Amino acid sequence: MTETLAIQTPHVGHASEPSAASGSAPQHSVVFDVRDLVVHYGAFTAVREVDLKIHPNEITAFIGPSGCGKSTVLRCFNRMNDTIKGARVEGTVNYRGVDLYGANVSATQVRKHVGMVFQKPNPVPKSIYENVAYGPRLAGLRNKGELDAIVEASLRGAALWDDVKDRLKSSALGLSGGQQQRLCIGRALAVQPDVILMDEPCSALDPIATARIEDLMQELKAKNTIIIVTHSMQQAARVSDRTAFFTTEVNEANDRRTGVLVEYDRTDRMFANPSDARTEAYVTGRFG
Amino acid sequence: MTSVMDQTSSPAPVPSNELLEDLVGVSGRRRTKNAVMTGLMFASVAIIAIVLGFVLVTVISKGWGIVHTKFPHWFTDDIPPTARRVGPGMKAAIVGTIVTTLTATVIAVPLGIAGAVYLNEYGKRNVFARLLRFLTGVMAGVPSIVMGLFIYVFWVLPRHQEGLTGLAGAFALACLMLPIVVRATEEMLKLVPQNLRDASYALGATRSRTTLTVVIPKASAGIISGCLLAVARASGETAPLIFTVSVGASAVHKTNWNVFSGPNTALSLQIYANAKETLASAQDRGWGAALTLIALAFLFTLVARVMSARLSKKTQ
Ligand SMILES: Nc1ncnc2c1ncn2[C@@H]1O[C@H](COP(=O)(O)OP(=O)(O)O)[C@@H](O)[C@H]1O
Ligand SMILES: [Mg+2]
Repeated sequence: MTETLAIQTPHVGHASEPSAASGSAPQHSVVFDVRDLVVHYGAFTAVREVDLKIHPNEITAFIGPSGCGKSTVLRCFNRMNDTIKGARVEGTVNYRGVDLYGANVSATQVRKHVGMVFQKPNPVPKSIYENVAYGPRLAGLRNKGELDAIVEASLRGAALWDDVKDRLKSSALGLSGGQQQRLCIGRALAVQPDVILMDEPCSALDPIATARIEDLMQELKAKNTIIIVTHSMQQAARVSDRTAFFTTEVNEANDRRTGVLVEYDRTDRMFANPSDARTEAYVTGRFG
Repeated sequence: MTSVMDQTSSPAPVPSNELLEDLVGVSGRRRTKNAVMTGLMFASVAIIAIVLGFVLVTVISKGWGIVHTKFPHWFTDDIPPTARRVGPGMKAAIVGTIVTTLTATVIAVPLGIAGAVYLNEYGKRNVFARLLRFLTGVMAGVPSIVMGLFIYVFWVLPRHQEGLTGLAGAFALACLMLPIVVRATEEMLKLVPQNLRDASYALGATRSRTTLTVVIPKASAGIISGCLLAVARASGETAPLIFTVSVGASAVHKTNWNVFSGPNTALSLQIYANAKETLASAQDRGWGAALTLIALAFLFTLVARVMSARLSKKTQ
């Protein structure tokens, strides 16, 4: 696929800032650099002041109680918030040196680099083949042979090829929930994204289907960077390299709840000895 | 082990009266209410069936004769020029109904679908969309004869005799169909789950592309049923055609395939004109036209049902 997002000019943002805890790593070692992110829905502030860096070829998990803004933050990485009326994003989301919310950046182009898998499997009501070919077709690919090759490679990548290779032309809606979700992953892979966002991808699936998706994520890590929102701490602990814990803070003055990022660290460290009392309460199951 | 033994050997528990009443005794009042409601529902179904059956039996028994004697002349001959003449010939009106309705469909369906797509996918709740929705509602309430007059004043009159064409009739019918198509389509688009749109956006599709490749196909079965409803409605309309396709209802007897020029006629107009006549010869043709119109509407419905079912099997 053609890479058309303007990444030729990685401007070195925040260079003067004192080096962060991880040391002054070179720019390209970070996929996303989020600073002072605030997201509003109309007059309501859903999350505020989120700062975090997403590292390449890692799985980053977002955990936290429901409504704390995990999905909201996730949707900033591929500008899916643009599709929600009234949603406003402040701060910067840097993707490999490009400000995603910069003036000339096209949201549809961003989404070809940053794919997404949703909570509820959402194959479109077309054949299995057409679901996977949808993205490449959008990019203008018409050649049948090339499309066939991409479909096969993507379905293999999503560990679904053997299940469906004999019925590519039948409706995607006839697949089981777990297969549908893998199809959605395959569909995302077909545009050869750099990053894959997953918003509670297993919450509608049984444990076996969940395990298959988790295995798949480990395989995808070789090529892709993955950010996963999960409500299951066990899942975060099992699959992720880093974990970000969000929670809601209640403003006493107006009783408004706003999501905040409490702690962000390597997953093993986060679960073994969290540095914030709220994280500890959450990961030990005393809260949320 | 012992606990299992205990359970099997203990005496069966005696249920309390309250529990018995609660579990067993659906109260008498509820039972009668249920019976009455069921009865009412059956009665309303029966009334609908009886009325419809009565209409069908009457139309078929009175119209069948002229349609099938000298078959297929009913479908291949022009209408006799004088009411007095006995016998078949309704081709002019059958052709007229088909071409005007078809033209109206070609005008109203794309326009109506485009309007509904704007309302549901783009405008949503903005001022213009609200206004459009309101006007669509008003338009749906305008009597069909007013639509006919409207086209007569603004399209037919400026063109004098040349203005009376199938096209003018089609315009009036399209005005009638438009709000039905917009409403039905918008309702169907509303039913398309947001997560399908999200799936498309997340792959880098634009809104227009998403609408064309995901939203409309998903809603297509419902859109087709809605459009068909509009077509069926329009094909039976008389009032919008009286001033637009010809002067008076019985002026045209010759078949005119050309919607763009020359006056035309329609089955509904022939029913209206012949029903007014005292001569049996004319009345027979009126009944025959009624039967033909019902059959045509039935055919439309059947085709749409089949298409709609095929599509929904593919997209649901
Ligand atoms: N489309 C929306 N419009 C308005 N408010 C929203 C919308 N989506 C989410 N919110 C609100 O933003 C907050 C964060 O939501 P979300 O990001 O979905 O939380 P999480 O994914 O952590 O459960 C919640 O209070 C939620 O009600
Ligand atoms: Mg969520």
